[in-house]
Amino acid sequence: MKQHILPATLLTLCCLVLFNIIYPLAMYGVGLLIGPNNGKGEIVAARGRTVGYARLGQSFTEDRYFWSRPSAVGYNAVGSAGSNKGPSNPDYLKTVQERIDTFIAHNPGIRADQVPSELVTASGSGLDPDLSPQAARVQAARIARVRQIDPARVEQLIKAHTKGPLLGLFGPTTVNVLELNLALDAL
Amino acid sequence: MSTELSGILAAFFITLAMAWPLGRYIARIYSGERTWTDPVLGPLEKLFFRISRIDASQEMTWQEHMKAMLTINLVWLLATVFVLMNMAWLPLNPDGNPSMSADLAFNTAISFVVNCNLQHYSGESGLSYLGQIWLMFLHFVSAGTGMAAAAVLFNALRERQSTTLGNFYDYFLKSCTRILLPISVVTTLLLLAEGTPMTFEGKDSIVTLQGDTVQVSRGPVAAFVAIKHVGTNGGGFFGANSTHPLENPTYFTSLVEMVAQFIVPLAMVFAFGFYLKRRRLGAMVLGVMTVGFLLLVIPNIVFEMNGNPTISTMGIDQSSGAMEGKEVRLGSGLSAYWSILTTVISTGSVGAMHDSTMPLSGMNELLAMMVNGLYGGCGVGLLNFFIYVIIAVFIAGLMVGRTPEFLGKKVEAREVKIAMFTTLLSPLLIMGGTALAAWTLVQHPDLPWLNNPGFHGFSEMLYEMTSANANNGSGFEGLGDNNPFWNISTGFVLLLGRFIPIIGPIAIAGLLAGKKYIPESTGTLKVDTLTFGIMIFSVIAILTALSYFPALALGPIAEYFSM
Repeated sequence: MKQHILPATLLTLCCLVLFNIIYPLAMYGVGLLIGPNNGKGEIVAARGRTVGYARLGQSFTEDRYFWSRPSAVGYNAVGSAGSNKGPSNPDYLKTVQERIDTFIAHNPGIRADQVPSELVTASGSGLDPDLSPQAARVQAARIARVRQIDPARVEQLIKAHTKGPLLGLFGPTTVNVLELNLALDAL
Repeated sequence: MSTELSGILAAFFITLAMAWPLGRYIARIYSGERTWTDPVLGPLEKLFFRISRIDASQEMTWQEHMKAMLTINLVWLLATVFVLMNMAWLPLNPDGNPSMSADLAFNTAISFVVNCNLQHYSGESGLSYLGQIWLMFLHFVSAGTGMAAAAVLFNALRERQSTTLGNFYDYFLKSCTRILLPISVVTTLLLLAEGTPMTFEGKDSIVTLQGDTVQVSRGPVAAFVAIKHVGTNGGGFFGANSTHPLENPTYFTSLVEMVAQFIVPLAMVFAFGFYLKRRRLGAMVLGVMTVGFLLLVIPNIVFEMNGNPTISTMGIDQSSGAMEGKEVRLGSGLSAYWSILTTVISTGSVGAMHDSTMPLSGMNELLAMMVNGLYGGCGVGLLNFFIYVIIAVFIAGLMVGRTPEFLGKKVEAREVKIAMFTTLLSPLLIMGGTALAAWTLVQHPDLPWLNNPGFHGFSEMLYEMTSANANNGSGFEGLGDNNPFWNISTGFVLLLGRFIPIIGPIAIAGLLAGKKYIPESTGTLKVDTLTFGIMIFSVIAILTALSYFPALALGPIAEYFSM
């Protein structure tokens, strides 16, 4: 083993130069050129200030906004995590039932079978920026009532901000909550 | 067909199509033939070897290979512990994160050196950027170590008698520079274009639309996430791994990350066939692995897309599936596919939280790691599979009453003993470890370990030990694992679960290579046939069921029947 220590150490140093200095710096350089916001993460500006990161979900709990999904960490972007609750955990199931009740209380006229599961379950990252179109539509009546606008306009807005599958073929259809709420404010 | 399912099919077939040419390229690299990467990387490798005073053409025996491997791994381990315990004052720490405690540094250093990436910390608060970049170095070299070991296996199975099997440093460095680096660069570019950050600035602070002030962690994410997948490492930059929208911003990046983690394990199987010029054998191995993979992944897709049955009784719309721990942009289908992909190939990166998957999905994730040879991690997957092959050859030999042979070499008592020992080590570590944990918890019921009561709580402990032994790195993350018990116990499981399953198969291969080559005759057991494929599959199924059924019955199966 002894005769390997020096070559192993020297080879490690060479690899450090390649993988820890050259590789990340080259990628950093490319990010400056091709990455949105110079590779610092795409930001969204409105009302003359930064209101969020395009990809990161944020907490919306007021009735005049489309609610985001529940988050195990309260949309804390320096401590991402899921709830890690098991599917049979009684406390967890109680929480889900409470979320359903709360949602229906804030959205009179909505039946439980119209509430999609993602609106009452926490995401993996706690920072999910999206909703399914159904999860947005089921909130449309509330938004229209609180903001005193035509429900059809809210529906229209959801449709305009719905992103279809990749190339129309692959993956789910989503709506970005921040984008949708900004559009609401701009009405 | 739903767009969720078409996305899954695309993820699988795109990888398969790309792994074929990559496998051919890898076979050329390991056999020392000319490739298109020679003009750029050849001189660089020569320079590295000159600086390191290594003669890359010097042939090594299997024992020398293992000595070189263990020495360089020890160097990495010591250096990593030093970095992790001194991050606070070292440079590149804009967020002012602290150094690690000794037990956490011990666990994390081992975990990344052995290509596992169990993480008992959260990247946002537990590492400086220097720490992250250091781990990125381990992403490369730990994968390269596994691939170099596989290259030794390839070399040993050729049709000749020899005690020397190539040069470890040569295989290792070329695995890193010729295979992992180019694929990582391409992957990084795609991630960057889709909005994954790559910055050395620290936390940002913003005021949200609703008026809350929040801080946002950033960092050199893109380059890290690329090699985290390409090297089947799986350790995330952020705590939430690839569910985090900055690590995996879009559906497209999900596909990229899935192809990136799957392509090298798959290509290694093709390379095996090309290198030995036994394409039928390669196809048989691929077939067995794929059948096993499908048997695990299809049920998971069904379970997750159908949603949690207990929540269904609350009367809500479950058409999105079981969304606890999942992201809308991935959907439940792709998340389920990811959960098995990451466990069969020992990546351990997650696109959804496994702790919240359905009971039998969790069981399949466990089974994928218990077998640990259906494709398997970079290089080591083939080594694990080779052990199953040796046992199958031995049993088939007993059944037909002949001396067992594999590829023209007699398989004798010594080789079979090593194979047995290597196979039996996994259940010992997994179930011994889980038993120790369960016993400790019974003695000290107030320990804050479990995030879920009952059977699921037991599954959390079983999963952690299984993940450590399989060098996978995913977790039922509800487990409170940053404490001396879990840091130290899984540290040892990680070490044994990494190096014994490398040394065992390499020893067998080395012993076989030294034996006289017997040309094929009518009496030879044909190993590239459907019959032998079924034989291997049965060996895997029986060994796994016998070893693990009792533990699985106490965890996920009991939970399933209690729901």
